[in-house]
Amino acid sequence: MSVLRKGRAGIYAALLHIALMLLFSPVHSALMPDEDIAVLKEGSYGDKSDLVISLPERPGAVSLLPVLQVMLDGDLYLSADEKLLSVTDAPADQYLIIDIDAGTESVVAEKGALKRVRINNSVRRILRRTIAQLQLRSDDVGVRLAAVKQIIDKVDTDSVAIIREYFPAEQDADVRDAMALVLAVGDLRSGDPALAEAAIETLSTSLEPVALNTLQDFSEDTDSTLLARQAEKAIEAIQGRVRVYENLETLYFGLSSGSVLVLAGIGLAITFGVMGVINMAHGELIMLGAYTTYVIQQLMPELIGISIIIAIPAAFLVSGLAGIIMERLVIRHLYGNPLETLLATFGISLILQQTVRTIFSPLNKSVITPDWMSGLLEVNSVLALTWNRLYIIVFCLIVFLALVFVMKKTPLGLQVRAVSQNRNMARAMGVRSQWVDALTFGLGSGIAGVAGVALSLITNVGPNLGQAYIIDSFMVVVFGGVGNLLGTLFAGMSLGVMNKVLEPSVGAVLAKILILVFIILFIQKRPQGLFPQRGRAAEG
Amino acid sequence: MKKSIFKTLAIPAALLVSSMTFAADTIKVGVLHSLSGTMAISETTLKDTMLMLIEEQNKKGGLLGKKLEPVVVDPASNWPLFAEKARELIEQDKVAAVFGCWTSVSRKSVLPVFEELNNILFYPVQYEGEESSKNVFYTGAAPNQQAIPAVDYLMNDVGVKRWVLAGTDYVYPRTTNKILEAYLKAKGVKDADIMINYTPFGHSDWQSIVSDIKKFGGAGKKTAVVSTINGDANVPFYKELGNQGLSAEDIPVIAFSVGEEELSGIDTGPLVGHLAAWNYFMSVDSKQNKKFIKDWQKFIGSKDRVSNDPMEAHYIGFNMWVKAVEKAGTTDPEAVQKAIIGVEVPNLTGGTAKMLANHHITKPVLIGEIQDNGQFDVVWETDGLVPGDAWSDHLPGSKDIVADWTDKLGCGNYNSKTKKCSGQNY
Amino acid sequence: MTRMSLLADDVAGKRFLAILAILCVVVPVANLLVPSDSALHLSTYTVTLLGKYLCYALLAIAADLVWGYLGILSLGHGAFFSLGGYAMGMYLMRQIGDRGVYGNPDLPDFMVFLNWSELPWFWSGFDQFWFAMLMVVLVPGVLAYIFGFLAFRSRVTGVYLSIMTQALTYALMLAFFRNEMGFGGNNGLTDFKDLLGFSLQSDATRVGLFMASALALALGYVLCRYIVQSRLGLVAVAVRDAESRTRFIGYRVEHAKLWIFTFSAVLAGIAGALYVPQVGIINPNEFSPLNSIELIVWVAVGGRATLIGAVVGAVAVNYGKTVLTAALPEVWLFVLGALFVIVTVYFPQGLVGLKSMMMRARA
Repeated sequence: MSVLRKGRAGIYAALLHIALMLLFSPVHSALMPDEDIAVLKEGSYGDKSDLVISLPERPGAVSLLPVLQVMLDGDLYLSADEKLLSVTDAPADQYLIIDIDAGTESVVAEKGALKRVRINNSVRRILRRTIAQLQLRSDDVGVRLAAVKQIIDKVDTDSVAIIREYFPAEQDADVRDAMALVLAVGDLRSGDPALAEAAIETLSTSLEPVALNTLQDFSEDTDSTLLARQAEKAIEAIQGRVRVYENLETLYFGLSSGSVLVLAGIGLAITFGVMGVINMAHGELIMLGAYTTYVIQQLMPELIGISIIIAIPAAFLVSGLAGIIMERLVIRHLYGNPLETLLATFGISLILQQTVRTIFSPLNKSVITPDWMSGLLEVNSVLALTWNRLYIIVFCLIVFLALVFVMKKTPLGLQVRAVSQNRNMARAMGVRSQWVDALTFGLGSGIAGVAGVALSLITNVGPNLGQAYIIDSFMVVVFGGVGNLLGTLFAGMSLGVMNKVLEPSVGAVLAKILILVFIILFIQKRPQGLFPQRGRAAEG
Repeated sequence: MKKSIFKTLAIPAALLVSSMTFAADTIKVGVLHSLSGTMAISETTLKDTMLMLIEEQNKKGGLLGKKLEPVVVDPASNWPLFAEKARELIEQDKVAAVFGCWTSVSRKSVLPVFEELNNILFYPVQYEGEESSKNVFYTGAAPNQQAIPAVDYLMNDVGVKRWVLAGTDYVYPRTTNKILEAYLKAKGVKDADIMINYTPFGHSDWQSIVSDIKKFGGAGKKTAVVSTINGDANVPFYKELGNQGLSAEDIPVIAFSVGEEELSGIDTGPLVGHLAAWNYFMSVDSKQNKKFIKDWQKFIGSKDRVSNDPMEAHYIGFNMWVKAVEKAGTTDPEAVQKAIIGVEVPNLTGGTAKMLANHHITKPVLIGEIQDNGQFDVVWETDGLVPGDAWSDHLPGSKDIVADWTDKLGCGNYNSKTKKCSGQNY
Repeated sequence: MTRMSLLADDVAGKRFLAILAILCVVVPVANLLVPSDSALHLSTYTVTLLGKYLCYALLAIAADLVWGYLGILSLGHGAFFSLGGYAMGMYLMRQIGDRGVYGNPDLPDFMVFLNWSELPWFWSGFDQFWFAMLMVVLVPGVLAYIFGFLAFRSRVTGVYLSIMTQALTYALMLAFFRNEMGFGGNNGLTDFKDLLGFSLQSDATRVGLFMASALALALGYVLCRYIVQSRLGLVAVAVRDAESRTRFIGYRVEHAKLWIFTFSAVLAGIAGALYVPQVGIINPNEFSPLNSIELIVWVAVGGRATLIGAVVGAVAVNYGKTVLTAALPEVWLFVLGALFVIVTVYFPQGLVGLKSMMMRARA
């Protein structure tokens, strides 16, 4: 697409550049001498790496930090007159351009005349290290600590030397601890027996992978049995603590995949559990929710951050409406024949899939994860919880509680339960059972749409999204006990945890097969699931 | 009941009628790509590519004075249906050649049909090798045109010491990983430094595996992931990589199945710097490529559509077929099979592709880093063209086997030790 | 009961069997004897296609037996079909001998490729045709028996049973996808050469397979007909309509269900065994839950609890699929989806019932 445009624009830019060179003497950047700019502009990746490595030696190198940061993000550009610019996306297909020297901002529609400073992985790696090195000179304790942490991940002789230089002057206790760790790694690697004992002591308290690795290398290499034994003891101590955190991590993984199952299944717990409709199109209602998220993001590209929040009610409405239409047109003719609803809704699922394929093409669509949902909550260097999964767990619980509230505390919930237990009696009491049916089905479908919003963040948004979750959803509902919301929650979470506990030893596929076999056998033993429920569905 | 009898009788009758073919003055070209089902996502594009190539050839005056007529069928991602549709194309529609298939299993499914009816299949996707059929022309990469150079790059230019071979559990990743494992061990990599992991199709929960990779990579040596993860499973995989904070500088992932089209369905922000090895990238700066992209976007009516490696394979395959037909002066498959060996056509990266005696072609190997605009930035490429190797030199079973379809051998699996053309000999 | 009295009041059945007999004569003649440039020639493509339809029809009869007469909506009949197919496929793999691409006389290609040094135990015996045929019947039969025994004993019924059968076929699909299982993983079993010494690529063998399928379908129909008219069949219908009541009267409900379910699975297995050599490949996708649901739709479209309806539905839907996927691939799923909805909502009796509905309307 833009390749062609860029290509032509590049030629114009070059022409323009030559013209400018001829007319004016170039305006230099105050931050970098001309030869550096030339390297950024035309140098190979190797030249750029060399340049970046040499920067900390220069006086006033700290002032280059913003440039390096922008370069690392891939946003560093050179203007035709060789000024250093930061170019980022701005709303409405425009670009925000910041002149790093002058600090002036402007917004333009075309960035064709600007030359991007290209980097690759090795340049990125060196940039990160150099930035960390420069950040050690910062006045901000947080920045310094982050810089040391950055270095801890990749300790080498150079970085030990750097830390050694800054260590004496450091005042903050946390930063000093982190630095001490780096120094201990350096000491132990140096092989000097005089330093080893203290170093082992320091490392044994740390959970950083580098501490364990260094200790392991040391215990293999050292000649002293005494030191080797000390190192092994330290290794055991670390591994013991690591194992605890790893189990916690497995639990977290289990809960998070469980909450995905619960989200996918809980709408079904309403339509299947309470109403007795086998909705094979449930997966496609989830898919509609995911596509709604995609469409919302397309409609408001500048508001990615809140688009997910807006998508939740929107997806609820879209899927809910689709559900109500389905109920009114097809399902209401089939009440009391659960097997017939299965066939009809399967037909609907095919139609929905093909409709989506026709409108959006069979290609997957990309839903952007907002910044506030990405990244990690680092408890320590072994246990780090991903934010998006954490949000999904919380979201799942909120949806669950909201649904329980609707079913138990609102007039609608009361009527739904009345109709599900005894339709005729409820009608005799003045409940408009048809209206209740439509709303209940709409509610279950809407929840499926909401699940789609969550799923769009972790998996493909494509026409086959629904199929991937339909069988799992049924398993969760049947396992938990049809018609019981708490059962669904419990079943989803326990299946998720079971899966994640099994996965490391038997592999992902076998874990899933074992769980399916387990459910099949469990249902033979307790046909009503974990939490049996009385009601229309209980008679099967 | 009369009506239902009529119905039952009408079916074979209708088939009878439809089985009658009429001679026409067009040359029919079969297009066998799934337009529905799980593979539609990848294959629909290739169908459109073929339609475009045929349309352009017709604008140039067709072939041998006749117009080309595409015959498109939909095998619906259903493997037995591939065989059935292949038979339909050859027997009913009398096509001169077929361009199609994506997955290995679909190729395996149609293979006996092509061999029985002696037609031609152009297969445009990178695959596991270990095969050379008289009737199939493999225009995608063999493992030595993708996997081996990629590993060389990581080993020599990036300094990778520890390897994660992650793939979907099917034949292409299994073979590729087997070849790579043998290759790495031959280069002195220890067992403990290789981690192999297989996941099912469409695997969506990557938490544990990514966490394992992170631990594996935390052992202090430079680690890379060689990914043969297929299709749909990639998006959740990369999303999880991003979420768990594995950046490309720490643990680069090099993928063999992720191209421009796959990236168009992913938010590429967190992926920047990860790698892919292909024989073509849309970002390649060449005259042919620019024209191809322009034609493609015009044909499909969208400025946003990307091009990818299998499309280039069809471009090459189609042009080779055209040239071979012109050379042979007939579309008779037998004659074309003979004529096409040695045919050279330009590829899209500025070089030429040559059809070899083993029915594979020569290709350059490119390694690209993912950019935030969904394109690849080429960071490395092989010096010259790499000839496709049907039988890997790194596996004990296939080291001694060669394929040569010229009159010299006329065999797809000649064992140079036992001097026998073992097994099938069509 | 003799065969004549069995079909005495089954006009449609008699006609159906007659059509099969006619096809068994016409198809070989039109394919093998009529010259290929004649307008009356039947291409091998068509023969194989018809053979495939017949296998599907047999599978549909098996599903109709349990759904129509027993009231069990099995969403896992594809599993029995595939298991029969795999048993046949294993026999065909063993017949390849050293004609595989690696030329290994003892191991199928995919095992050579996985570096296996010897044949796994569960492959032994499959080089014998009789053993493979026994397994075609036994494997689906035993699985159905065990599954049914557990499920019917604990009175898992209705929707639950349907979902459990779906889980069963889904679990099997995942298992067969694994390469370690020793069934060829995703690629499954393919590249077959010959069956009982006859080359699978020859037209005569294909015609022979077609006739075998027709015979199996005819026999399957007669047997099912026999069962539904027997005491067992009447009990089955009673179970379908009022399970508890039948139980209280004193019938061993579980027995009736178990035997019919098992028999149906065996029929499905045989259909699979005939299907595989004709289409030339068997792979885990056949276990896909989607296939089993589609199968139920054939029965629904044709008309459940009629047996003949299952045949009509299977052939009609698959013919539609063949035509539409060639002509209008984008429309196919819309048509199939709409068919499900319309049939279930408006024509619960299916195509066969449609006719009697029209006759009633005329009367």
